[in-house]
Amino acid sequence: MAIRVVSAESLPIRVSDDVVLVRQLVRKKSVVLGFGLVDQTKVVTASSELARNTLDYGGGGTALVEVLENGARSGVRITFEDQGPGIPDIDLALTDGYTTGNGMGLGLSGAKRLSHEFELWSKPGEGTRVSILRWK
Amino acid sequence: MERIPILKMGAFLLVTIQVDMHDRLALSLQDDLTGQIVKHRAHGVLIDISALEIVDSFIGRMLASIASMAHLLDAETVVVGMQPAVAITLVELGLPMKGIRTALDVEKGMAALHNAIWEAGQDGDSGRIR
Repeated sequence: MAIRVVSAESLPIRVSDDVVLVRQLVRKKSVVLGFGLVDQTKVVTASSELARNTLDYGGGGTALVEVLENGARSGVRITFEDQGPGIPDIDLALTDGYTTGNGMGLGLSGAKRLSHEFELWSKPGEGTRVSILRWK
Repeated sequence: MERIPILKMGAFLLVTIQVDMHDRLALSLQDDLTGQIVKHRAHGVLIDISALEIVDSFIGRMLASIASMAHLLDAETVVVGMQPAVAITLVELGLPMKGIRTALDVEKGMAALHNAIWEAGQDGDSGRIR
């Protein structure tokens, strides 16, 4: 069964208030999809981590929030994209506690644990694209 | 600029976080609170997060920093009212909330603060006269 995109909304991530707006949009979509409170909290928290990464490490970018359908299943996918410096060592970046900034190094690894599907593309000098998907 | 109110109640400071905090607001709370601890010579800080729908690594780190800073300023911190879904998510996120005292609600949090301060006095590791 092919995945169908039911709706898609894109938000800019330029300042820290935008991270809040991303959280609110993801919350809204997961409520509409009928996610339970724990699932809502997980996907919103994961989005918050990644939106902050996009801002702090990528120098800003966008968040694309999509509602998906795959047969009887529905879910939400959030894709974060920036044209920042990229991640030189992806395996290292996915290690708990590894950070090049001021954070705790839990953003990427934590967001991965909180999601059903996780994809990371990055090229030094070109940028980073991370997407997470949580099915209902 | 937007600020989170800090209320003084006896020897304690009370903070109720009721907005979806952006990062700068969280940092200003940290600064305000340490300033108020010194100004009011507070012995305890109670932070109510029952209205917070998420605690991500940034907010978690802020809470841990506040507890550490308050400790250095001779004040105990207790975080109250964490929603169950938030607790579940924090553990899966892998956030070490070690060193943060928690209580289920404000009443239990106040009791925990009283106990902590009393114990600190008994241990004699506090320079204050009671």
